[in-house]
Amino acid sequence: MTIFIPTPLRPYAAGKDAVEADATTVAGALEALTLDYPDLRKHLFTGEGKVRAFVNLYLNDEDVRYLPAKEATGVTASDTLSIIPSIAGGD
Amino acid sequence: MSDPDAKPASTLRMSRTVYEQIRAHGEETYPHECCGALLGHATAAGWQVESAIRAGNTRTDSAHNRYEIAPLELVKIERKARKQGLGIAGFYHSHPDHPAQWSQTDFADAHWLGCSYVITEVAQGTAAVTHSFRLAGSTEEDKRFENEAIVVEDGKNS
Repeated sequence: MTIFIPTPLRPYAAGKDAVEADATTVAGALEALTLDYPDLRKHLFTGEGKVRAFVNLYLNDEDVRYLPAKEATGVTASDTLSIIPSIAGGD
Repeated sequence: MSDPDAKPASTLRMSRTVYEQIRAHGEETYPHECCGALLGHATAAGWQVESAIRAGNTRTDSAHNRYEIAPLELVKIERKARKQGLGIAGFYHSHPDHPAQWSQTDFADAHWLGCSYVITEVAQGTAAVTHSFRLAGSTEEDKRFENEAIVVEDGKNS
């Protein structure tokens, strides 16, 4: 599958905007990604190994948080995973 | 934390057209906050913005002082940017009747390290000051906003 890397994380993925990962689940894809690019780990996961609260994961157009199997959801080679940190604020 | 008087550490460049689009968006949504994404190229001095993409503010519960862009909308904006060979350079939002300085909420909710956060004060419906802040640092734990100079390029289309 293809994992799209957002602008702020590209310096930790050798400058790439997309990375191919050979995996069968979303969690497996993240594991493969962070094995290849270990510096990404602290940006994506908390110390306890959970995906950071502000990091949104979209499998194609679906928010992984709301998929029944969440990160255990199966993936195929044609799927895309977008990593999108949240955007919010206010005065 | 950034010192409001500190010398700008980087430069955000954009055409007059894009600059005015950002400010006009804030006037249109007043008294609510507007928000959107900035697409562009990275340069050694900072981002060169090529276009501003409007986004919806999902914080309809408190739109006068909060904004949020739906992640799926951002996924789609990024896909479009990628096809154009551009990246997400940063984001913009407005502060209705509030100074163009980042707030604690802006800082706590800023996660795009290396990107520019543009804020326009909209005073009584009219765009006033526009400032940019670059989210510097290398991790969530050492992030900070740094003042950034906005260079508006006259005579350059889009």
